[in-house]
This record gives sequence, structure tokens and C-alpha cells, in this order.
Amino acid sequence: MKIMGFTQKIILGVAMTLGLAGAVQAAAVGAAWDKAPNRINDMGALQSGAKVFVNYCLNCHSAAFMRYTRLTDIGLTTDQIKDNLLVTNSKIGDTMKAAIDPTQAKAWFGVNPPDLTVIARSRAGAGGTGADYLYSYMRGFYRDDTKPTGWNNHVFPNVAMPHVLWELQSSMSPGEYDQTIGDLVNYLQWMAEPAQTTRKNIGIWVLIFLAGLIFLTWQLNKAYWKDIK
Amino acid sequence: MATFHEISPNASAGAKTLNWIDNRFPLSKLFKEHMSEYYAPKNFNIWYIFGSLSLLVLVIQIVTGIFLVMHYKPDAALAFGSVEYIMRDVPWGWLIRYMHSTGASAFFVVVYLHMFRGLMYGSYRKPRELIWLFGCGIFLALMAEAFMGYLLPWGQMSYWGAQVIVNLFSAIPFIGPDLALLIRGDFVVGDATLNRFFSFHVIAVPLVLLGLVVAHIIALHEIGSNNPDGIEIKATKDANGIPLDGIPFHPYYSVHDVFAVSMFLFVFSAIVFFAPEMGGYFLEYNNFIPANPFQTPLHIAPVWYFTPFYTLLRAVTSEMMYVLIGCVLVGAVLAVAKIKMPSLFKAVIAGGALVVVAMMLAIDAKFWGVVAMGGGVVILFFLPWLDNSPVKSIRYRPTWHKVLYGAFVINFFIIGYLGTQPVSVIAGRISQFGTLFYFGFFLLMPWWSRLGTFKQVPSRVNFTAH
Repeated sequence: MKIMGFTQKIILGVAMTLGLAGAVQAAAVGAAWDKAPNRINDMGALQSGAKVFVNYCLNCHSAAFMRYTRLTDIGLTTDQIKDNLLVTNSKIGDTMKAAIDPTQAKAWFGVNPPDLTVIARSRAGAGGTGADYLYSYMRGFYRDDTKPTGWNNHVFPNVAMPHVLWELQSSMSPGEYDQTIGDLVNYLQWMAEPAQTTRKNIGIWVLIFLAGLIFLTWQLNKAYWKDIK
Repeated sequence: MATFHEISPNASAGAKTLNWIDNRFPLSKLFKEHMSEYYAPKNFNIWYIFGSLSLLVLVIQIVTGIFLVMHYKPDAALAFGSVEYIMRDVPWGWLIRYMHSTGASAFFVVVYLHMFRGLMYGSYRKPRELIWLFGCGIFLALMAEAFMGYLLPWGQMSYWGAQVIVNLFSAIPFIGPDLALLIRGDFVVGDATLNRFFSFHVIAVPLVLLGLVVAHIIALHEIGSNNPDGIEIKATKDANGIPLDGIPFHPYYSVHDVFAVSMFLFVFSAIVFFAPEMGGYFLEYNNFIPANPFQTPLHIAPVWYFTPFYTLLRAVTSEMMYVLIGCVLVGAVLAVAKIKMPSLFKAVIAGGALVVVAMMLAIDAKFWGVVAMGGGVVILFFLPWLDNSPVKSIRYRPTWHKVLYGAFVINFFIIGYLGTQPVSVIAGRISQFGTLFYFGFFLLMPWWSRLGTFKQVPSRVNFTAH
């Protein structure tokens, strides 16, 4: 936590009280979201998404709660992770830290690039899932010379982030680029909750067990209550 | 003191052990009094399972909570990360966490249903007033528990939800700002707030909650349960003093409850394993963004179980104050004109009403919003004395009473939904109407609950063998 001065706290407190009293409800003005493809059980797609993530996103964004070792869950071996995905000075048991220095990032972009560990969970909303948002956002960049980065975005107007993948996009057909972004978004979705597939698989067995238990307890209940007239 | 009971030396080891214990602790006696010889009405319907289920959820919350505390860090710099650590690195941590977060919502679902059961069948009527009061205390403690627990994941909604609610206290005249400061322990919600909310959430409030639950059950077992017919089963007993319409809680209602528990767990598990976020209602999307004191979210809404009361708060605008002042004046005039009482009382009522109106004009609407929100909960405590119906159960009340109860439920859902939505002109008007209806339902109950043609209450319960 940053230590704030007394006056700053007072100003902040007043500002917040005023802000809440008149809670402005300007809903985020952006284009509608496209439906992201669902390849959450496709190990190949997740691995290719992980590669894009480490090569492009991890330069500026961290995934500070995601350990490299966890990538074994999407079918990568420890050696593959060590040889291809580990950023400089990281160990396999570390979490994914951005290569960039946070103070520099702030100076360059005006904001600190947000952590991406659970970004797919946080961006869900009325417009669709978090994956839908990210899929539309990453495909929503367009040239805008009035912006310092030279880029703007249909889904997130006036975003501070430049179009990092523009070289990739210009070297690909639109279909290939959508495929790449689809893989990346599925990876982000997976990374937001690596246990999600396990959770659903276990859930099926839990529900089957409970269905059996319901039958037994129903019969038990019936056997006792037949005496009550 | 009970006499020391000797047992035959030929008795089985089990019987000897039980005898040894019973001579030192009333084990068999307690089991008889609360289970095998506790007679409950045999006509309970599905509405009567939610008491047991809330006890089950309480146990789930305590057990999962114990394991969460082993890994959670109540520190503003570490809290968000420690929750993600539980979700990722702690074996089965995701399950424990989802059970706890789903349990919080499940708790309110079963408690709201349990309370509505009491409302329908007049379970709070004499001689069960204290059971109801302990129950309302449990509801209040539960709200405090849920509110403080929600800060702990330290996401944006945790942070700003706490900020909004604690700031409300500063609307109280004179002591408000200092009170808000005392609750936060700082000028804004911060590390100090997180630490004290953690302390309250894991020990202080649960202790109060457990004490109230014990009192609730002791009072219930002393008087005996009400039932869907609202008949006192103890009024008709057999030669042995056992109620004719009563059956032993164990085994009949214990097997009933085991059946209900397995069905509840099925639904609960379906949510935990397949929809733990419940479309953003159980785990809000914004709460996956770490708390940021410098960035206010566009739309701050409490979790669904608080939203009806949040609507009561937001409905009280400076315009609404004139309507409320009108209500106070009309109420006072009617009381003075219609109710027979000594003129001294009338003078007190008239004077009191004028003082209240003066205060309503002098103090900001925001404060009265807080009063409305608190009042929405506190008014429940008074139900035993507001309800003057000659019968307890809804079954024997006039049809239009049933319609009114139905309207109350629909209204509760509407104001609950509006509490999740951003402010708008139309929503604001509906909220204000809903608020007047909510309070009108309770405050006018002493009069309307007496009106209409009531059906004859039978002397024995309605029961068809299953």
C-alpha cells in the first residue's frame, strides 16, 4: 500500500463521497462483443495461446498469481516450459512476472498494465463472457494518428495499450489472426481458473453420487413415514 | 440432582458406558428431550426444512472458513493474492473457497425462505415471540457477517461496497463522521479496516451467531413448533401426555431432514461445480480486479442478498422526504382522531410527530435513507406485535390476505432486482413505490390483519398419510 498524506486522504474521502452521491452511470461506450470460440479443452490451442501470451503479453503484463509449472496442466513438459517459455531470470516454480519495470511502464503508457492472471474473469459483463470481451478487444484495434500510440480500439475507446500484435496481424490472413487470438483468449480463460476443467469433471461424479443418495434417503424417509396415519 | 443409577454387572459394554456417562452428564436425557421424545406436529410441509438447512449451511461455512483462514492473509497488500493462492496452489483450495462463497448466498436463500415460512404460518405469534426475536437477531448477525466477509477478498467490489456502506454511517448527525472513522480505523477503507473486519468475521460475529442459534433452538424446543395449520398440538394430548398430532422428531423428522439435506446438497453442488460465479450474482466480476482506492467502479452494487434493503436506502431522496413527512402527519392525525386513549397520550403523539417532521426537514435525506435501510430490517423484530389476525396460519385467513402476501413477495423481488441496477428515473419511482409498500405492509398490519372473514380453525391438524 502506498502511504498517503493526511490531506490527500481527506480530499480522497470527500471526492469519493461526492462521487458516490451522484454515481455517474455512463455505461462503457464500446462496440458490441463478438462470441469467442471455446477451445478450453483443446490442449494444442491452449499451448499455442500460451506461446503468444509469453512472447507478446508478458513483456508488459504480469500474471503474478500464475506459476510456470502449472502449464504442465495443458500438456507441456517441464523441459518444454524451461526451454521455450521461461522469461529471463525466471525459475520454473516462479509466477509469471512482466519483463518491463512497473515505473517505466507507468511513464510510457500513463497507467500500469493490469495483471492478466484473472483478467478473463473480471471482464465478463452484460455484453458476454470475459473471453468474448478479450476476443473482441484484441481484434478491435484500428489506426488513429490522433493517439500517442497511433492506435485506437473499437471495444475500449482511447485505450492506453498500443496494438502489440500488429506485425503478426499484417503477416496473417484475417482467418489466421482470428484463430491466433482465439487461442490466446482460450489460454487467458484457462489461466484465470486452471482448476475449471477438473472442477467440472469432479462435479459430474459428485452429482451422480448425490442423486444416488437422494434415492436412498427418499426410500428411507418413505419406509419410516408409512407408519404415520 | 439426579440419583446415581447402578447397572447390572451382566449388561453389555455399551449399556455400561452409557450408564457411566448418564450418571455424569445428561446424555440420554438431552437426546430424549431434543430428539426421540421431542414431539413435532406431523403436518409439516416443505417449508419446514429450511431451519435444518440453515444449520447445515452454518456448519459448512464454519468448516470451510476454518480451512480458508489457514491460507488467507488479512493484509491489504497480500489479501487478493492469497485468495488466488487458495484457488490455485492450495490442494482442493478452489473447492473450499467456492463452497464458502456459494454458502454465503445459500445461507441467505434458506434464511429468507425460513423467515417467509414464519410469516405465512404466524410462527412468531404468542407464545413464540422470543423464538422470532432470536431469529431476527440471527438475521442481523448474518448480514454483518456477510458484509464484513465480503471485504476480505479485497477486490474492487469488496473495497467499494465497504466504502459506500461505511460512508453511510457518516450521515448520522453529530456522531456520524467519528463513527465511520471508528469502523474503518482510517479515513478511507484500508489495511486497518481489513484487519478489523477479518477479526469480526472469523470470531466476534460467529460467536454471537452461535449463541443466538442455541437460544433460538432452546426456545423452540421449550414451546414446540408451530405448524402449517397454526394449531397448538399440545392442546390435544393422549393419556400419556403426548400430543395426538405430534410425532417424535427422531426418527421421523431426522429422516425427513436427511432427505432434504441430500436434495439441498445436489443443488448446492451443481452451483459449486458448474456455476460458482452464478452469472456474477454470487461472485461479482469486478471483484476479480484487485482493490484500487484511486479508481471508483462505474456501478457499485451490493451482493444480491442485500439489494432489497439497498433499494430502501436509495429510494429516500429529498423529494421522497415530502411523501414520508406526509405519511407521518396523516398517521399522527389518524392516531389522535381514531384511537381511544387519554388526551395526554394524544398530546404526546401529536408533539412527537411534529418533532419527527422537524427533524425530517432539518436532516439530510441521506440520513433518512440509512434509517429506512436499517428500519427495513428492524421492523421485522416487531412482527409478533404488529400482526393482530385472529388466526395464525395463512390457510384460515381471507383470500385477499393471501393476495397481499403474494404482492409483498413480488415487491420484495422487484426492490431486490432494482438494488442491483444503476439509478434511473423510472427505476427510482418504482423503488419509491416499492419502499412505501414494504413499510406500509408492516406498519398498517395492526389494522389490515384484523379485517375480512376468517375461516374456522380446526382443532386437529390436516394430514394425509404419504
